[in-house]
Amino acid sequence: MIYREAGDFKTSYRDDSQTFPIRLDRWGYYAILAVAFGIIPFVINDYWANAVLVPFLIYAIAAMGLNILTGYAGQVSLGTGGFMAVGAYAVYKLMTAFPDVSIAIHVLLAGLITAAVGVLFGLPSLRIKGFYLAVATLAAQFFLVWLFNKVPWFYNYSASGQITAPTRTVFDQAVTGPAASAPAKYLVCLVFAFALAWLARNLTRGSLGRKWMAIRDMDIAAEIIGVNPLRAKLSAFAVSSFFVGIAGALLFAVYLGAAEVGEAFGINKSFLVLFMIIIGGLGSIFGSFAGAAFLVLLPVLLKNTLVGTLGWPTDLAAHIELMIVGALIVTFLIVEPHGLARLWRLAKDKLRLWPFPH
Amino acid sequence: MNAMTQDGYVTADGRQIGPVVMELRNITLRFGGVVAIKDISFDIRQGEIRAIIGPNGAGKSSMLNVISGFYHPQDGQVIFKGQVRPAMKPYQVARLGIARTFQNIALFEGMSVLDNIMTGRLNKMKAGFLSQALWWGAAEREEIENRAAVERIIDFLEIQNIRKTPVGRLPYGLKKRVELARALAAEPNLLLLDEPMAGMNVEEKEDMSRFILSVNDEFGTTICLIEHDMGVVMDLSDRVVVMDYGKKIGDGTPSEVRSNQAVIDAYLGVAHD
Amino acid sequence: MDQFIFGMEVVMNGLMTGVMYALVALGFVLIFKASGVFNYAQGVMALFAALTLVGIQNGQVPFAHLINATFGTSLHHFGWTVPAVLAVALTALVMVLLAFLIEKLVLQHLVGQEPIILFMATIGLAYFLEGLGDVMWGADIKTLNVGLPQGISDGIEEVTATWFGYGFFIDRLDLWATLIAAMLVAALVAFAQYTKQGRAMRAVADDHQAAMSVGISLRFIWVMVWSIAGFVALVAGIMWGTKSGVQFSLSLIALKALPVLMLGGFTSIPGAIVGGLIIGVGEKLFEFTIGPMVGGATENWFAYVLALIFLVFRPQGLFGERIIERV
Repeated sequence: MIYREAGDFKTSYRDDSQTFPIRLDRWGYYAILAVAFGIIPFVINDYWANAVLVPFLIYAIAAMGLNILTGYAGQVSLGTGGFMAVGAYAVYKLMTAFPDVSIAIHVLLAGLITAAVGVLFGLPSLRIKGFYLAVATLAAQFFLVWLFNKVPWFYNYSASGQITAPTRTVFDQAVTGPAASAPAKYLVCLVFAFALAWLARNLTRGSLGRKWMAIRDMDIAAEIIGVNPLRAKLSAFAVSSFFVGIAGALLFAVYLGAAEVGEAFGINKSFLVLFMIIIGGLGSIFGSFAGAAFLVLLPVLLKNTLVGTLGWPTDLAAHIELMIVGALIVTFLIVEPHGLARLWRLAKDKLRLWPFPH
Repeated sequence: MNAMTQDGYVTADGRQIGPVVMELRNITLRFGGVVAIKDISFDIRQGEIRAIIGPNGAGKSSMLNVISGFYHPQDGQVIFKGQVRPAMKPYQVARLGIARTFQNIALFEGMSVLDNIMTGRLNKMKAGFLSQALWWGAAEREEIENRAAVERIIDFLEIQNIRKTPVGRLPYGLKKRVELARALAAEPNLLLLDEPMAGMNVEEKEDMSRFILSVNDEFGTTICLIEHDMGVVMDLSDRVVVMDYGKKIGDGTPSEVRSNQAVIDAYLGVAHD
Repeated sequence: MDQFIFGMEVVMNGLMTGVMYALVALGFVLIFKASGVFNYAQGVMALFAALTLVGIQNGQVPFAHLINATFGTSLHHFGWTVPAVLAVALTALVMVLLAFLIEKLVLQHLVGQEPIILFMATIGLAYFLEGLGDVMWGADIKTLNVGLPQGISDGIEEVTATWFGYGFFIDRLDLWATLIAAMLVAALVAFAQYTKQGRAMRAVADDHQAAMSVGISLRFIWVMVWSIAGFVALVAGIMWGTKSGVQFSLSLIALKALPVLMLGGFTSIPGAIVGGLIIGVGEKLFEFTIGPMVGGATENWFAYVLALIFLVFRPQGLFGERIIERV
């Protein structure tokens, strides 16, 4: 009876186009923010940070990035892993070359560098469409991984070929390196995820977002009503890669601490992020978070039940996980191509009418 | 029809028609060996409703695609507002103030009616990237201004109640109307309508005719439309071009065209000896 | 002169790899033509087929790992071995069953969806099959031997030694693989051109509705095509499995068929063959000439980058028809 718009009149176009038009949604949103910023940092421990929250926030950023490109602008990319690698290696080079500059600036710069690389690999999208483009982005994936593997300059000629994040601080708190504490890691990722989500929401609600969606839904019609397809597509590649690059930088610097490119940023990473947006919902920022949460939590839950409770060997659990993820993807595409985001919306629509569904 | 002069003419119902806005001169369009349009010339004048009619496969849609810059003719010139228009990308043509609808509805199915119509105003939105990203200053102001303009069109076309409905869920007739709204949102100088009444029932056709006439009347928009339903066209339009097999076989007021022997032959068929 | 002869050897090897690419690419083309599905899982199907073949041959207990974990048993093998020919036949049966299940459980529910959705569904399918293969037969690297000859071909080494004064190093397995792949390609082309089912398949490829209206069963054609693709995957799995062991990377090698297709055009059988040869030779030559300068292993990406650059200039591929866009 509380969850409805009735009585919540909008008297200006500004109010009508706000992000959460329903009052209860707004309260829920503020409550989540209050918990995320005000409570979790004080109670978080290493297990929750490393197993769940930090990877969730980082993958949510990557998923938002891919969702901008695929869900909003309709360009499927299988190169996410490669672009995350660009972010990771960029932040590594910056961190080691300019140790006195703040890590936050390095991460942003890594995002910008990735955006430039993304534009470069996005250029063919003007000529190539659909799954031709999807396969073409595999070129980025394989080439970039190879590049970071073969050119020693990128990993500072380290003997192992790995990159290792040195300790860097924000407000005198270590956020990278072995000394970083769980709340510090969590807060850094949270701030980035929150700011980027806000950015993504703004970009998708305005004229740029409409250009992207127009290109996605019908590129020829979009061009005829005046959308420059090259600029629309390249801007999508740039913004998307910016997000993905930041995710890659955080994944390496804050979460993993050390990385080997083929292992950390291989093609499976591309698929993981793609699966997140399919399960979460294409063209939805909320869906990016939902999908990331789902696919971060699933292995943890499976591991806890199969290995922890049933006592199965870990490799078997990993294989079962592959099967479950694969089957879930197919099921979602068949049953609910718009993902968790749409299920959530349907639930809300039901709630709006409750208890008088007719 | 009263005497046609350089500056225009007065229609049967007393509207003043202005000078030539768009002139097509000796247009020839080929796809490989197939000639879709063969040496066609005609003009469109300020404020008039100009129709292109012809049987299926006459090359009407190709003609419209030439005007909207989607196809580039091999020969001939497109003269817009007195200047030869160079070969342009379709989005550049749109920025000249030429908007259109499509024969097979080309709406953005994943977006709401409101968002679809808002895309019509993309060329009027100039806020920079940063302003949009931060949703501050120009971006927000512009959004609200353009929203107001779009709402006027929504009122005009009487589609207030479906404003937030996803386009994919609308019935055919309403989709056509939303598409018209999107084209109108661009405030075009020249509005191209590709079979605006195809597949509609009588009532929907009447509605659509009414909207086309009032668009022309209230906004003074020049309209060029394609239709193969002769009856509707004759009532709506000021002047008609008739095409058959890629050639122009008639051009003039509805009554002139109706009495043209070549047109009668094309439509009713003619016995070949 | 030496460089030239080495180069020729490289080209020969490239051509033979190319035939294998062409074979896998053909599996893609068949499925794409008949059902409009771009089957990303083709590579994993090859892996799955190879795993199944090894499992059957060695008398492995399927799902042994799972059964053991659930019931605390310690099963692993039945204790018999199955002759190669019978094992291949059984595996082919499994692939047909798989095709049937894929049609029943996945494709049928996705009829009329956008191609990109179908494509993503096959990525999900690939994950599922990869997991299934591992759960059924275990994930350890296996050796596959169905009695194909291996080792350096002495005959060719001798002949070339007398011609050029340098004996070419060519693996007999590669020769056989090329031969079998070439025969299979020819057989498939003949099948598509001259048999009733082949014609029906081409009809479906042209227009689903029209084909159904003349009484062709769409489902039958789809099961048939996926079965053929499964069989092609089996052959490819045998070849590559024999050469470098049955392991996950096998499915990635098969992914090379994707750039082959982009080069050749998704609907063209000759395109798949020529594209395969170009990429096979191209990547070997590139690795031979440029590879040493940039650290090697360029085969990982060369095919994709080549296809990407090529497509920018000719989006419809080598043999595809020029696309006229309509509104």
